[in-house]
Amino acid sequence: MIEVEGLTKDYGARRAIDNLTFNANQGEVLGFLGPNGAGKTTTMRILTGFMPPTAGEARVAGFDVVEQSLEVRKRIGYLPETVPLYSDMTVYDYLKFMADLRRLENAEERIDDVLEIVHMTDRAEGYIGNLSKGMRQRIGLAQALLHHPDVLILDEPTIGLDPAQIIEVRSLIKEIGRERTVLLSTHILSEAQQLCDRVLIINKGKIVAEDTPERLQARLTGAQRVILRIAGDPDGLAGMLTEIPGVLRAAEQIDGSLEFESSPGEDVRPAVARTVIGAGYDLLEMRPVGLSLEDIFMQLTREEPEPPEVSDAGLEVADDTTTDEKIPESD
Amino acid sequence: MRNIWTIAKREYKLFFISPVAYAVAFLFLIVMGWFFFSGMMEAIINSAYQSYAPTVQMVIGPMVTLFLFTLPAVTMGSLAKEQSTGTMELLLTSPIRDGEIVVGKWLGSFLFILTLLAMTLVYPIALNFLVQPGIDQGLMVAGYLGLALMVGSLLAIGVAISALFSNQIVVFVVNLAIILMIWLVRSVSPAGTGSGLGYEILQNINFIDHYIDFYRGTISLSNLTYYFSLTGLALLLGTVFVESRRWR
Repeated sequence: MIEVEGLTKDYGARRAIDNLTFNANQGEVLGFLGPNGAGKTTTMRILTGFMPPTAGEARVAGFDVVEQSLEVRKRIGYLPETVPLYSDMTVYDYLKFMADLRRLENAEERIDDVLEIVHMTDRAEGYIGNLSKGMRQRIGLAQALLHHPDVLILDEPTIGLDPAQIIEVRSLIKEIGRERTVLLSTHILSEAQQLCDRVLIINKGKIVAEDTPERLQARLTGAQRVILRIAGDPDGLAGMLTEIPGVLRAAEQIDGSLEFESSPGEDVRPAVARTVIGAGYDLLEMRPVGLSLEDIFMQLTREEPEPPEVSDAGLEVADDTTTDEKIPESD
Repeated sequence: MRNIWTIAKREYKLFFISPVAYAVAFLFLIVMGWFFFSGMMEAIINSAYQSYAPTVQMVIGPMVTLFLFTLPAVTMGSLAKEQSTGTMELLLTSPIRDGEIVVGKWLGSFLFILTLLAMTLVYPIALNFLVQPGIDQGLMVAGYLGLALMVGSLLAIGVAISALFSNQIVVFVVNLAIILMIWLVRSVSPAGTGSGLGYEILQNINFIDHYIDFYRGTISLSNLTYYFSLTGLALLLGTVFVESRRWR
């Protein structure tokens, strides 16, 4: 349904997306995961025909997004990040306008249908300007669904919603994704895990990982990170920790604490504690840290064979995780 | 065509819930009312010592100047507002051409001004009852046709400019500046002071000059061509401006 090859977009001197290549099949929910400014919106805007790429090709339902833009736009339902609504129109008039633009024959029927899908039937005659953020988001979604699009492109569909609304919108997307192709962007890891059949992790315009959420999850949370705090100066302790079997790397942090990473499925904390005490240090705190999205990106980008960063050279003992990750079995 | 009509219809309806449009209509109609009243008073006073009958020009004349200053307010929101609220993204990703958006926007505002013009017909009709033997209908038809054409071209310029900016105030000021420029350009090159193509353009670009013939009751092909060309050119430029947004 969506085929993207070598897609690149420059804004002046800044490269927003860099040589993206990916596919999305029919009946698949593809997640675009990445921090703000990663290039998610840019990619979506190219796919929807809002703007052309600098280089590369993209096809939606077999049509080129530049050459056959109108055909592509007919087949796409798009919910941009800022929900495009006319606040001085009623919900019904707005949807009627969109239906007319899309030349729907059975406009009234379709409007009733989508309003029902997003649970907004009772607000059809209300002005959009009076709706809450969550309701506006749902009207935006209704607009994207109006013409039974083959491909649904949703840019941060749950941003700014309250928890109850988030759950509602998510279940809605899941339902739609059963038959149609959905491309959605998010910067919330758990959301991507819940909704998507496949996740693309994108950072600084490049795809850094592509996998099913389950496998990605296993890969990402495989290594556990623990923060260790001791009284006094932890000089030399990092070196000692890396000698413990199961510890992948250890490094001193700016605030004087130590951070170490253990191989997947292994709890090295008791061994670490013994080593610290045995070496005569006073152990104050040992606390596991969850992986934030930023950590994931760091981890994923580090997995690529890259020369170690200069700033880390003095602190990090085991820098090359590519080789270290292969030795989790240590008994 | 259908897409243009869809856009135009929404635009037209929007004017009737827009405070700016009501302000323009209010200003326009109240000033027109005043001109009509004072014109009638003058005619009554003058009629005491000379044979004098007010013509429809008394109504049409002030409208020309009034439009120059009020039309930029009508179109300042046209595409600029779509850009500032993000709905431009909706239009540009809908299966319609950029040109259809621009022409639709223009048509909507044009229809609104035509509605306003229709309301001012009350003055010629009233005048028709007040003077003997009624007003010169040819003069009225030509005058109103010319007005409609001039308004159409000025609105097209306004829509084109509103494609360039997302701030309505900026659009208004730039539009007013351009209208004044085209209006006053002749004063920097008075007739008979130069030659060449550039001079010819400067001599003929003024939309008021092209209106004078209509005002006097004659409809000429060259004047029709002028207004059609100006409208077409402005709408084409507007489309280019919208397209250029995709590349920025």
